[in-house]
Amino acid sequence: MRDVAIVSFAQSGSLVDIAASETQMLLPVINAAVERSGIARADIGFTCSGSADYLAGTPFAFVANLEAVGAWPPISESHVDMDGAWALYEAWVRLQHGDVDVALAFSSGISSRSDLREVLCLQNDPYYLMPLWADHISLAALQARALIDAGLATEGDFAEVVARSRRSASTNPFAQLSGDVTVESLLAEPYTAAPLRAADCPPITDGAAAVILVAGDLAREVCERPAWIRGIDHRSEAHYPGLRDLTRAGSARLAGEQAGVGTAPVEVAELSACFSHEELLLSTALGLGDDTEVNPSGGSLASNPMMVSGLIRIGEAFRQINENGRHRTLGHAASGPCLQQNLVCVLEGDS
Amino acid sequence: MELLYRRSLGPVVGAFLTGLRDQHVLASRTGAGRVICPPLEYDPESGDAVSDLVEVASSGAVTGWTWVSEPLRKHPFDHPFAWVLVQLDGADTSMLHALDASDMAAVSTGMRVQIRWAEERTGHITDIACFEPEALA
Repeated sequence: MRDVAIVSFAQSGSLVDIAASETQMLLPVINAAVERSGIARADIGFTCSGSADYLAGTPFAFVANLEAVGAWPPISESHVDMDGAWALYEAWVRLQHGDVDVALAFSSGISSRSDLREVLCLQNDPYYLMPLWADHISLAALQARALIDAGLATEGDFAEVVARSRRSASTNPFAQLSGDVTVESLLAEPYTAAPLRAADCPPITDGAAAVILVAGDLAREVCERPAWIRGIDHRSEAHYPGLRDLTRAGSARLAGEQAGVGTAPVEVAELSACFSHEELLLSTALGLGDDTEVNPSGGSLASNPMMVSGLIRIGEAFRQINENGRHRTLGHAASGPCLQQNLVCVLEGDS
Repeated sequence: MELLYRRSLGPVVGAFLTGLRDQHVLASRTGAGRVICPPLEYDPESGDAVSDLVEVASSGAVTGWTWVSEPLRKHPFDHPFAWVLVQLDGADTSMLHALDASDMAAVSTGMRVQIRWAEERTGHITDIACFEPEALA
């Protein structure tokens, strides 16, 4: 495998009810990522984006987003209808070909313009789930219930996750929800879909993010502390929740094993746990212990731009190496109902 | 604007939905003997094609649930209800559907429920109007 590193990362921060287009939201973010990389825009050999036109309700919106990249003279680019973490994955695969050395991966999402509890029903199978309008919060609540029924977690455990997420987010200027909340006050709130309360569910966030990937020695030339991708893998499992053991995140475990998570200690894990109980599931599936700091950014419970949240997790894992001097971190992204699909990216610094 | 799509559902999903119209619940049986309901055309463990269909009961046990106190406009009910996973008698997996229950306290994992059939059935998952607590024999 060719060594590939993340050398720069930029994010818009948590935008709320933004009036701008995705393209307008992306422009400053992509500019910042390119400038921070120190690489000329013309030297980017491959560009890959992640977004979902369903969110803003604009067919082929992803094509217009290329205006924020600069696509003339023609560039080599691709798009995934996935979180930007999967765009990063495709860019990493593309760099393995060996003929280009620099790639841009970015993603954007405007969650606030539609009702996510309706729109996300469209990701469900069209015969058994979609006609019922079983929304993503209700499906997540079924998984939370499974953990409680199995004696693996309590509502208090969920609230602990929320309280820690908000506290950690206090030092993250890009977070949407932060501050001190007590477990008792969280548990006093009404249910949204029992056993989940509003605070157990992610906020509605608009946003964008971008990373620059560089292969080989060029990464060290342009970046003082590049974060090398030492393992990256994504796995999915059966779509229908009734087929699965909801007390386990089986595809997250597989992706973690394939990415080599357990071969050395992980200092920081940024997990795309959009619901509080998902952090418990994912920490177990990835074998993370007390020596791993989980979601120092506050995670997806503190800010959750759809299609971007996973790429931000990898970007935050990069920042832990690039800015905070950590050696080994991981970023995680998820997609589908009840953690159906998971991507794990293990990063390492040079020292 | 809406676009009309007509899909051919194939021998497994098609047979299941047609069965619902006639108040029969069909499941698929994998090579390993696992009975999957609602059925799939493949074994989720191995990926092998599955064509063996068997009938299961129209009642079963709740294996998971969530209570929706404020239904959304497209939800099956406009009053509070539960989403449930139900393992129908004879099946090894659970079906997701709505449960019409009086309040959250009336719902629990393990409770017995039965299908309430829609009056007009057209070969859709909504031919099952919902589940309801099983009538006492």
